[in-house]
Formats: sequence, C-alpha cells, structure tokens
Amino acid sequence: MNKKRILLWFIIFLTVFCLVIDFPKDFPLKFSIGKFSVDTKISHPRIDLNFGRIKFKRDLEIKKGLDLEGGAHLVFQADMKDIPFENRNSAIEAAKKNIERRINFFGISEPVVQTAKSGEDYRLIVELPGIEDINRAIDLIGSTAQLEFWEQVEASPSAGFKPTDLTGKDLKISQVRFDPNTGQPVVSLNFSSEGGKKFAEITSRNVGRIVAIYLDKKIISTPVVEEPITSGEAIIKGNFTLQEAKDLSIKLNAGALPVPIKIIEQRNIGATLGRESVQKSLKAGMIGLLMVALFMGAYYGKLGLLADLALVLYGLITLAIYKFIPVTLTLPGIAGFILSIGMAVDSNILIFERMKEEQRSGKPWQIAMELGFGRAWDSIRDANICTLITCFILFNPFNWGFLNVSGMVRGFALTLGLGIFISLFTGIVVTRTLLRVFYKG
Amino acid sequence: MRFKWLYFLLSGIVLIPGIVSLFLFGLKPSIDFTGGALLEFKFENARNLSASAIDEVVKEKGFEVFSVQKSGENDYLLRMQPITKDDVSSLKTSLADKFLAIPEEIRFETVGPILGKELLIKTIIAVVLAAGFILAYVAWVFKNFKFGVCAILAMFHDSFLLLGTFSLFGRFLGVEIDTLFVTAMLTILSFSVHDTVVVYDRIRESQKRFPQIAFEDLANKAVTETLSRSLNNSLTIIFMLLALFLLGGETIKWFVVALLIGTISGTYSSTFTAVPLLVVWEKIERKRENK
Repeated sequence: MNKKRILLWFIIFLTVFCLVIDFPKDFPLKFSIGKFSVDTKISHPRIDLNFGRIKFKRDLEIKKGLDLEGGAHLVFQADMKDIPFENRNSAIEAAKKNIERRINFFGISEPVVQTAKSGEDYRLIVELPGIEDINRAIDLIGSTAQLEFWEQVEASPSAGFKPTDLTGKDLKISQVRFDPNTGQPVVSLNFSSEGGKKFAEITSRNVGRIVAIYLDKKIISTPVVEEPITSGEAIIKGNFTLQEAKDLSIKLNAGALPVPIKIIEQRNIGATLGRESVQKSLKAGMIGLLMVALFMGAYYGKLGLLADLALVLYGLITLAIYKFIPVTLTLPGIAGFILSIGMAVDSNILIFERMKEEQRSGKPWQIAMELGFGRAWDSIRDANICTLITCFILFNPFNWGFLNVSGMVRGFALTLGLGIFISLFTGIVVTRTLLRVFYKG
Repeated sequence: MRFKWLYFLLSGIVLIPGIVSLFLFGLKPSIDFTGGALLEFKFENARNLSASAIDEVVKEKGFEVFSVQKSGENDYLLRMQPITKDDVSSLKTSLADKFLAIPEEIRFETVGPILGKELLIKTIIAVVLAAGFILAYVAWVFKNFKFGVCAILAMFHDSFLLLGTFSLFGRFLGVEIDTLFVTAMLTILSFSVHDTVVVYDRIRESQKRFPQIAFEDLANKAVTETLSRSLNNSLTIIFMLLALFLLGGETIKWFVVALLIGTISGTYSSTFTAVPLLVVWEKIERKRENK
C-alpha cells in the first residue's frame, strides 16, 4: 500500500473512532426490518484503564461550564494582616484545602477552588455548579469556624468569660445527633486524647458553672456543667435546625480556616437561561455549518465537497477531543468553536485559490494541486500563528497575575486555539489525502 | 491603488462618528469593570410598581443606586453599589412590604470596586501584549519593519471602529462593555492581522519574483489576486456569525455583534487600509531616497 492509501485508512479509522466517542449518552436505536427488529440504546464507552499503577479514567461526557449548568461564582479575599509574609502562600493553600473539604461534605459535584494572587491580595475563587442554596454555601465557606471554650471568671452567674486552652484544634470529629429527650438536632464533639484531658480538667473546675462555647468570637451555647466529663465527648445544644447542625458539623470537621476570608464577588447564574442559550447556539452552529458547506460546494464544485467532508471530520474530531481532555464548555466556548469552523475552512480556501491560479497559468491540475498546498502553507502558518498568540494571552496558561483568570474568557481561548490546531490538520492533511485519492481533475 | 485616497476617506467617514462618540460619551462599562451590584427582580401582582418607587425604597435603606430599569413586564434591573447577600435579603423584605408582593430574585451579581479596576488593567495589558507580540512576529517574518507597523495600524483602525461603534451602541442602546467584549476585540485583532498577513505575503512573493516592477503595481496585483480569497474566507466566517446572531442565545448576542463588526472591518482594512498605507510609506521612502 502506498502512502496515500495508508493515510486514507488512518483517516477512516479516525472518523469511526471519533464517531463512537461522540455518541451522546443512551442514544436510542429503534427500527424494524421485516421480522428483524432492534430496540436498544447505544452509548459511548467509558474509559477505565489500568496500567499497573497508572489509572486512566474518562467518562466521556461533555462538561458544562458554570454558565451552562447554572450555579455560583464566588471570589473571597483573605485578610492576611495577622500573617507574616513568608507564611502567606502556605496559609492560602491551607485555606484552599480546607474549603475543598467543606464543599466535599456539602456534596457538590465538580466544584472548582482556585487560589489567585493579585498584587498584594490573596484570593480564592470558588465555583459551585448546580448549587441551589447559594447563601448557605457562602456561609459555609466564608466563616472561619474558630471553636473556643470559655469559662467564667468567677463563680457568680453574671460573671464574664475568659478563654481556656481548649479549642477546635483539639477536636477529633464532630457529628450530628438527635437529643434523645427533645428530638432536636445537636452537634456532638469527640475530642482527641489531649483535648479529652483538657476538657476533663475544665469541666472539673467548673462544676455548677457555665462553660460558654464560642464560634468565631460569638457565643453559640452556654451549658451548665453538671459533672466532670472524662469521656472526651461533648454535645452542643443550640436550638439548631437540622441544616444548621449539619453545617456546623461540616465546618468543625474541616477545621478552622487559617486566615479569615471575606466575599468580594458573587455571581449567580440561572441554569435555564444557560440551557436555552446552548440549544439555540447549537442550532445556529448547525445552520451556519450548512451554509458554509453549501457555499463551498457551490463556489468550488467537487473540490468544495471534499473540503466539506474534511469539515465534518473537523467537527467530529473536535467534539471527541472536548470529551477526552475534558474541556469545560461555556457559552463563549461554544461561540469559539463555531467561529473556528469558519476559520477552518480558511486554509482550504487559501489552498484552492492557489490551485486555481496555478491552473490558470497553464499547469496540469495534479501539479497545480501539489503547488497549491505547498505555496499556501506559508500564509496559513503566519496567519494562524497570530491568532494563536492572541489565544495564548487570553488563555493565560501559567496563571500570571497580571492577566485575566476568568473562566469564560479562557473557555473561548481554549476552544478557538484547539480549533486552529485541529483545523490545520483537517484542512491540510485530510483534504490533501482526500484530493489525492478521489479527485480526478 | 489609484483610489487609495478614496479608501482612506471612506475609513475616515466610518471612523469619525465612532471616535467622536468615544470622546463625548465614552464607553458604557458593565459592573465587570466598575464594580457594583446587579440585582434583577420579578414581581407577581405587585401594587403601584414603578422604577422610581423601587429607587426610593432602596435609597431609603441607605444604598447608592446607579439606575433602575424596567426589563420586562414585571421585571426590574437594579444597578447599585456593591452589596452583600444579607443586604439583598433585607432589600427583598422592604420591597415586599412596600409593594405587597414578594419579589423573585432572578439574578444577583456583585463585584467589589477593586476587582473592577483590576480587570480593566488586566485587559489593557492583554491588549498591549497581544499587539506587541503580533507586531514583533510580523516584523520578523517579513524582515521589514514597514510591514509590521502598517499591519498594526490597520489593526488599530479596526479596534477603534469597534470601540467607536460600541460607544454609540452604549449611548443609544444601552449596550455594556464586559469581559466578553474584550475577548471579541482581542479575537478581531488577531483576525485582522491574519487577513492582512495573507495579502502582505502575496506582495512579498511578488516582490521576490518581479523585483523590477514598481511597488504600487505589485501591490495592485497582489490585492486583485487575493481579493476573492479574502472575501470568501470572511464570507464563511460571517455566515457562522450571522447564524449565531439570529438564532443564538441571548447572553452572547452583543459578543457576536462585536465579532461580526470586527470581521467585516478586518477584511476591509486588510485590503483597503493596510495595503494603501504600505504603498504610501514606500512612496515617501522613495522620494526621500531620490532627493
């Protein structure tokens, strides 16, 4: 087999491969021919590979960005005034891990927590797709959750409180329980062995007196100690609703944030708006594609149709790559994809025009074709590099502080940039192979 | 190229209203850049509902309001200083009290003022960087400073056209400039250069093949040769964008408009601005050499 044929088979194989990956989940297949009927659902495969210690897993679904899924985009700023300079980076990293733990308990799928530094400011960017109760999430994330136990200064009932050395750091685990008498939700605390000892001492000292439980410098419970507690367990009763108890438990388990944070940006995006927009945009994309295909066919004849085939392949490969990496799709990302379809045709147009020119100057079409590809390459390369430079700056892969870190803009840059690379492949390699094999002047 | 002064005039006619508008009215920035809060409420069966009444309620609570707009049947869009979500709850209660109907919160966005200014700076840096690198690349590939500078000038032509148009849109249609707009502008920047590079490429090739022919004639030849390709290419992109604009989602509508305007102007500028500029430059250089 000569090189042409090998390439052709490779392309056919690639097409089928991408088709399989591109299948939507549970695509219903139902038809009957005579007595033979089919009623089943086909779906793309899930990838779950294990090479010894290396695991490779992809579920091949399109990930939707925040503006398509609906959800919240939050930005918090850390108050670093009590933290020395050298410790600030590790403080914000610790805060990030802490928040990740809190969100995990909350049960959000695919949250995004990022640190970002801007000048002197340390920030945390949190994206919660699909979240319904945003205010609850903000409370959960934003509160420092510093737990403290204070005892009374002296024995009178109206005496003020002073802090003891028992804090949330001594906590091993916290859980939500129900008071056996009242049925109300309460939060149970299990101290570490150190903590248990401290707790025993404090309760022995304060029998008959109030030990106040403080959360973020505010009193949340004031139980009276009835007897010394040596079991290392305590219960916080605070007239909690079930939700409040759960949230408190989550916060305590995650631990106190190493640095207090304050919310400085909040955006809620409704899911329905996103969903409608996507459908409309996809429809628009299809129609646009059709128009381009018709135009190419009309203007360039058979050549144009072959270019259209390459274009379809372009679409398939791009979709497959989105599923593979995976690329989180946002609405501007979809726009970038649609735009790149228009640009994908560009390389073909450049080549075809070149070919026409060479033919006009008298050369036989086969030579004109090869010349067309060769000469057009310089323009194609230069022009696309300029667009790639812009994509690079918009995408900001190294997270430079002086450039934008917004998700939507990056989504657009990614789809556009990917589109250019893929279109270079389909526009040149695929079209050339198709032409060499099928086109006979 | 005989008509180059005509092309410059045409550019001027299209550019001037835009630039004037820029100076007089500036651009209408969204809260992305200014900071602030955007609150959209929907009321069912409210009594005595009006923008000014809402404005009063909010001001009474001590918040600074930028504007209150009616955006639908019972839908109001509030632009105000940045607030917290607790503020939103208390606002809702006050609104419910006054209008005897509980408002439904459709959208709430708040951006702190520092963030807004930062974004502006980041954007400017991005534009400058992109322009700089592209200029460097073009100059390097064409081994001639002239090409790079004229390409960038054509690019500025397109940028100002876009900015000017959106300044007019902002003034008369209330369209805002947000991060998406900036993305569109950067894309157009690169597309414009993309197109220009193709024409320049042709000129350079002709220069190599026919070094004895006058530059202006070479330029003419190059333009004629690349014109159909340029138009076809832009046409395909415009098809896609038109489809997006007419049928696509609401949220990206103006983004698509920006891309459309930029594409058309980018195509125009590559042939009718970038090339004439180059020709004029050559002429001036020639004259200086011959003195």
